[in-house]
Amino acid sequence: MRTPCLALLLSLILTATASASPAQPSALDVTIGYLGRDYREPLPVSLVEPAVSDEGVQGARLGLSDNAATGRFLNQTYQLQERITPRNGDVAADAKELLKVTKLIVADLEPEDLLRVADLPEARGAIIINARSSDDDLRGKDCRQNVFHVAPSWAMRADALGQYMAWKRWNHWFLLTGDAKADAQYAQSLKRAAKKFGSLIAEERKIAFDPGNRNSETGHQQIQTQIPMRTQSPPQHDIVFVADTDDSFGDYLLWRTSVPKPVAGTQGLVAVAWSPVYEEYGGIQLQTRFRAKSKRAMTERDYLAWLAVRVFGEALTRSGQTDAAGWRTYIMSKPFQVAGFKGQGLSFRPWDRQLRQPIILTGPRTLVSVSPQEGFLHPTYLTDTLGVDEPETECKLRG
Amino acid sequence: MLKLSTRMLITSLMLSAAPSAFADRIFVSNERDNTVTVIDSDTLKVIKTIPTGKRPRGLALTPDYKELIICIGDDSRLDVIDTEKLEVTKSFAASGPDPELLAISHKGDRIYVANEDDGLVTVMDRATGNAITEIPVGVEPEGMAVSPDDSLVVNTSEQTSMAHFIDAKSNKVLANILVDTRPREATFTKDGKEVWVSAEVGGTVAVIDTKTYEIKKKLSFDVPGVRPELMQPIGIRFTLDGKTAFVALGPSNRVAVIDAATHEVKSYILVGQRPWHLELKPDGTKMYVANGMTNDITVIDIASLKAEKSVPVGRLPWGVAVKPSGK
Repeated sequence: MRTPCLALLLSLILTATASASPAQPSALDVTIGYLGRDYREPLPVSLVEPAVSDEGVQGARLGLSDNAATGRFLNQTYQLQERITPRNGDVAADAKELLKVTKLIVADLEPEDLLRVADLPEARGAIIINARSSDDDLRGKDCRQNVFHVAPSWAMRADALGQYMAWKRWNHWFLLTGDAKADAQYAQSLKRAAKKFGSLIAEERKIAFDPGNRNSETGHQQIQTQIPMRTQSPPQHDIVFVADTDDSFGDYLLWRTSVPKPVAGTQGLVAVAWSPVYEEYGGIQLQTRFRAKSKRAMTERDYLAWLAVRVFGEALTRSGQTDAAGWRTYIMSKPFQVAGFKGQGLSFRPWDRQLRQPIILTGPRTLVSVSPQEGFLHPTYLTDTLGVDEPETECKLRG
Repeated sequence: MLKLSTRMLITSLMLSAAPSAFADRIFVSNERDNTVTVIDSDTLKVIKTIPTGKRPRGLALTPDYKELIICIGDDSRLDVIDTEKLEVTKSFAASGPDPELLAISHKGDRIYVANEDDGLVTVMDRATGNAITEIPVGVEPEGMAVSPDDSLVVNTSEQTSMAHFIDAKSNKVLANILVDTRPREATFTKDGKEVWVSAEVGGTVAVIDTKTYEIKKKLSFDVPGVRPELMQPIGIRFTLDGKTAFVALGPSNRVAVIDAATHEVKSYILVGQRPWHLELKPDGTKMYVANGMTNDITVIDIASLKAEKSVPVGRLPWGVAVKPSGK
């Protein structure tokens, strides 16, 4: 395993050196595909947040206009072809149609659909960028040659919080896990993070709680009595961790737990690639441009789709290549980096094609911190202290 | 070390509090305080703090030194400070939205403004403050520079990662040169033969030939023990003889000193936290560096290449301009 990997690295280094003179951008007319599906999204917890039906795709559109702005000066033109498969539709059929037009796909898909698309014979040689799912298996045992990930994995999110808790010395966690499949996955990553950064999960408690009538009069009374009951007699803990990916109860924990403690995880202090409150490293400019175009705040899914389209843009303007195979090699090579308003260039990990990136820790209205935290060291990239590093990866693909 | 020098500075200030009549005046824009700090270059004492509009960033003195013009991003205008009265005497509303950085022609007749939110360079007539034209460039325009003979204007666009070369006569774009990620500042060499463009995230400075538009060289920065991603070049200034360049390196808290001919980095000077923009004292003996995170400026002695002093200013200092004495 080691030798081919080294050989690959070496060949990458050699290629990079050979083409050290700036690659001449080629004249191109490129279509980028956006493939999504009309999933049943969690309902907004509050009427303050309007239900948004164009999440993700609006980010891709802004990314395309950014690419086009550069392309305008280089004789390169860009189009975005959007396909949103209906809830009961056939995502593979839509993918096949899209793959006839382009090999560059931004996937706003859940893991099962993403793998179906990636495994189509038509998708061989494609570059599919996962801009939605945090599923760790997609980066591990289910990794694919043609799938890249700009979305941070559950492991990266959990580690980002784990480092912060280590810094705070909030080492005793009380973990509450919902009953969705992704809840269990995130809980698993949180357990891994606790171990990795010297914390202890004092207790994990499963919670199946759907406050169905939360928006009705007196809905708060049910929640006000239920949450203390579900969290009563807790172990000694510094913080409540919650894994509730579909927003069914997590937002109701703060102010209501039996013992007063802060909350982190999927609600409370969250670990994300983007938040509407983020404004550092020029981020305010992206927020402003997005709002001007879409008339609403930029969500994490919008940001990830924007970033995926920008990855293609960087590959197309800087590689000097004219086909997917050439762009793919460039994206995996050392000189590749994409700027994501995080104060450093972002690049892909060769062992699982995950984009390494700082992770934002934020409450609903203010930024709290950005991980990696000071003092967590790594020989190559500090951002590789977040998530699954090369020695522990279950992904068997290289290069 | 910085703490110590601040204490020394405060002592020295108490000893020599009288402002000198023959000193230069250092102007620093404070992005978060909505002010410009004025400092006496001899005593290094703050003479005055001038209120401006919201989010002052890029600033430049007119060639006659009578006016200091400042980009007021959140009010979408330029404020003009009378450098004798030390107050805002007028504003130019025709700057276009969200001005970030500006350059003034050496003849003093034109102001070029980078409009960050709109992908435009606005060309203004200095006498009237009216906009002459708008030039579409890449996304998030930032750096602005005018060649020594006023014939060429260069703008950088952060998101598009380009240096745009504009003919000053026709206001037409002559060339668009792809540089590394997030270009911030463009600075002409004294002879006008090169323009140096810093790329913040790319971590490089591109040296571009102003005749052929070719990138002759890409400089990169390396300090043992400092993470490479912290080497983020922003502001660039040359010494009076043009032989040495100073490049502020943002979160690495350093300023690089570069031989302008060989492009070799001669040394790295530790300054305050997150230095962005910098300016040379008109007599060429000092460099003043604005440190965004420590809310101060560092005075570098050009002869010894040593950081001599730090002077507290307002919050989030962004840029520096220096008016020579007797002007």
